[in-house]
Amino acid sequence: MAKVLVVTSGKGGVGKTTSTAALGAALAQMGQSVVVVDFDVGLRNLDLVMGAERRVVYDFVNVIQGEAKLAQALIRDKRIETLSLLPASQTRDKDALSEEGVARVMDELREKFDWVICDSPAGIERGASLAMRHADVAVVVTNPEVSSVRDSDRIIGLLDSKTLRAERGERMEKHLLLTRYDRLRAERGDMLKTEDVLEILSIPLLGIVPESQDVLRASNIGQPVTVSGPDTAAGRAYADAARRLKGDPVPMTIPGEKTGFLGRLFGRRAA
Amino acid sequence: MTIFNLFRRKASAPVARERLQVLLAHERASIGRTDLVAVLREEILAVIAKHVTLDPEHLRVRMERGEQMSTLEVEVDIPSTARVRLALTG
Repeated sequence: MAKVLVVTSGKGGVGKTTSTAALGAALAQMGQSVVVVDFDVGLRNLDLVMGAERRVVYDFVNVIQGEAKLAQALIRDKRIETLSLLPASQTRDKDALSEEGVARVMDELREKFDWVICDSPAGIERGASLAMRHADVAVVVTNPEVSSVRDSDRIIGLLDSKTLRAERGERMEKHLLLTRYDRLRAERGDMLKTEDVLEILSIPLLGIVPESQDVLRASNIGQPVTVSGPDTAAGRAYADAARRLKGDPVPMTIPGEKTGFLGRLFGRRAA
Repeated sequence: MTIFNLFRRKASAPVARERLQVLLAHERASIGRTDLVAVLREEILAVIAKHVTLDPEHLRVRMERGEQMSTLEVEVDIPSTARVRLALTG
């Protein structure tokens, strides 16, 4: 049975699209069949982060409006055979996604894939509610920073009330993915720690992704970080998170170096 | 930055944590409250409608939250032309 997963956050710029690409690629690298779906109509970027921007012919809106078949709009990844992308439209606005249309496409995707990963737009409006509407599982992407944590709290409230699962009175599975984590600054007391964020949001932790130049490098070259840097700290963090989503028990690690006395001293001075 | 500032500077993360805890406790309560008023409104309307034909516009439900006590204010306008359904008794 397919699982529909929404990657959401409320706040923009915390790493939803990067995380969608990396988690989708990681699950596909484990042999699962995966489709990543861009819900950010008008501001699509998942195609760019996945390196498929020049291969978009038809998009999500075309499929909903009957101008193309789903199979025509799906883009098969060139590196990982079991990974596909359904791009958003760049020229329409978010009202082009109808509730019935999205439901129909989601049903069709559920039949074809093991995982349907929906990349939510920022905000709490129509695009974001449609992206979470059909989800069985939610990954809440949060930065250890006050505005991101506050927005995540709001999104968790919406996941528990506005999704189909919530309306049917079923449990909505939610996971926290902490991104752009800087262990040094957290240890110094200048960044919220994992425990702080977990205590405030009280949902289980899926993974901790370090702030890293490898993530920027990956998007520069249009590859999910699990593909461009499987041995980097960020690549490993996403691969571990994907394994946990699949249900494999993987011990949690806090990425980043523990600092010695000199490191702490110089780390402070550099800040 | 001198070496003294290094030791004097207070960690900011605990401040962030405390501010968030206070803020979210308040926000969660107030969002919950909005829902409660909506739910109460629907149910009150349903009860009244069993006996009196009522335009939903004529029902106002407000909740005011005080330190010690909260008040629930229910205001119903029943126009004199409204049809009253007599409750069947005995």
